[in-house]
Amino acid sequence: MSVAGSIFLQSVNFIDAAYIVAFALMIYGMMGLTGPRTAVRGNRIAAFGMAIAVAATLLRHGVFSTTSSIWLIILGLVIGTVIGVPAARKVKMTAMPQMVAIFNGVGGGAVALISWVEFRHGFSDTASWPLRVEIFELFGAIIGSISFWGSLVAYGKLQAILPGRPIKLPGLSQTVLNFLLAVVAIAAAVVIGFGTHSQVLFVLGILVAAAILGLMLVLPIGGADMPVVISMLNACTGLSAAAAGVALSNPVMIVAGMIVGASGTILTGLMAKAMNRSVPSIIAGGFGGTVATPTGGGAEHSGTVRSTSAQDVAIQLNYAQQVVVAPGYGMAVAQAQHAVRELEIELEKRGITVEFAIHPVAGRMPGHMNVLLAEADVPYDALKEMDDINPEFPRTDVTLVIGANDVTNPAAKDDPGSPIYGMPILEVDKSAAVVVLKRSMASGFAGIDNPLFYNEKTTMLFGDAKASVNEVVSELKAL
Amino acid sequence: MDSLVIDLAVLVLAGFVGYTVISKVPNTLHTPLMSGTNAIHGIVVLGGLMLMSEAHGVLAQILLVVAVAFGTINVVGGFLVTDRMLDMFKSKDRGSKRGSAGANAEGEK
Repeated sequence: MSVAGSIFLQSVNFIDAAYIVAFALMIYGMMGLTGPRTAVRGNRIAAFGMAIAVAATLLRHGVFSTTSSIWLIILGLVIGTVIGVPAARKVKMTAMPQMVAIFNGVGGGAVALISWVEFRHGFSDTASWPLRVEIFELFGAIIGSISFWGSLVAYGKLQAILPGRPIKLPGLSQTVLNFLLAVVAIAAAVVIGFGTHSQVLFVLGILVAAAILGLMLVLPIGGADMPVVISMLNACTGLSAAAAGVALSNPVMIVAGMIVGASGTILTGLMAKAMNRSVPSIIAGGFGGTVATPTGGGAEHSGTVRSTSAQDVAIQLNYAQQVVVAPGYGMAVAQAQHAVRELEIELEKRGITVEFAIHPVAGRMPGHMNVLLAEADVPYDALKEMDDINPEFPRTDVTLVIGANDVTNPAAKDDPGSPIYGMPILEVDKSAAVVVLKRSMASGFAGIDNPLFYNEKTTMLFGDAKASVNEVVSELKAL
Repeated sequence: MDSLVIDLAVLVLAGFVGYTVISKVPNTLHTPLMSGTNAIHGIVVLGGLMLMSEAHGVLAQILLVVAVAFGTINVVGGFLVTDRMLDMFKSKDRGSKRGSAGANAEGEK
């Protein structure tokens, strides 16, 4: 490359132009994600935009000004690729929520680390370091750190390393408030006292306080609220990336981070709406923690639970005309989606209509059930959203509830004393018969009793969901 | 204009763009959308790259290598996972079975 050429490639104008191309591609790619047909291409276009942004940054004058920085950059990129690629390729579809959580966490962690370095840097030459950089770096450090530690807890809960139930100390909401105040106070201290050398300690103090805050925020949240938490942490990392972008005056980081911040906020709102709860109330603590009160309507379940056999279920299904499957997290845990698909094929051979009722917050992340069923080759148009399937239940002969609990709980409609009262549910109890596939009588994550199980239309098929469905399929074939 | 003002203008406009684009996404695609946007905030890796040459001392260098590695995991992992997920939707849409061969690592670095 000629000298003139290399100067041109390193010029501010060229790099800014490349940045504009990069974020345009990312936005265009995101637009592609709005439809199943264009989504794959959209994602790849966004990835291409990202590649351009990285390449342009590497061309910036000064990035390779010392030989050691070349090797350090390569080292970082290689470590990241070696860890990230196999993790992404091998992860099972059922483990997707924790994978998304951990990828999100490391993004937040990167922001926190970058802010930390910026601060160390800033202290060595204060004069060139305007207050506004400091403010945005502080924001990035706090939110990024919360996101990192919060995501780790979410990962631990989803991976069952930590208990999924809300972990609460007495009076924890007060603690959360205190930590918030502590973080704000320390942040203020750094801004005010800028210029002295002791601030390195303040920055560490902020990172530690934000870490504890992140742990405290997610630990008390129950497994059932995970879809909301994951999309909220995603939004947090996005916003912290945008803040770091303002501090570094890097337009791609601002645009990309802000888009994620906006989309994560929308998703969080949608999820919370689907559970008829406000985001603050979810953050303040999950179901079950505070609401350990035995549900108000407990007395009415004097009815008995009737258990059934795979053979009976097969016969029941064989005489049905319309069958609806309502899957939940239990299906994901048991990896039963392929068995369910086989059942669908077997029933359709007999001319029985099979549809899937997808509750917006079924599973542990937004759209979790759709991904699993798509993996098992269930056709896209057999998946019905809650508002489309609810009018179908009165016409349905048999509803199979597979590992779903709270999203089918009629107490949400009839029992004002129930902690989930008001949450929109799949109205499975309107169908002629309900079969609930369940491991045992243990209640769901919410720890709430489900009157559906005591309904006279309901029979229970106990056991591992995958084994049970396989048994039903073989019984059907034998008929 | 002050560069801060320009940066803030970009910030606000990008927020509206994000809001408009994303509010059209159907429920079914929420998981891929989340994991796609998840990959995009891996853009923080740029911050690590920009600061590397100015890093004073071993601690700063270690922190930045970790930051770049974290950002890269976020970007590469995020896009690959999204690609795998979307590929399943795509094959279903056509009613043909393509298997997992389409999950090409054509992503990025």
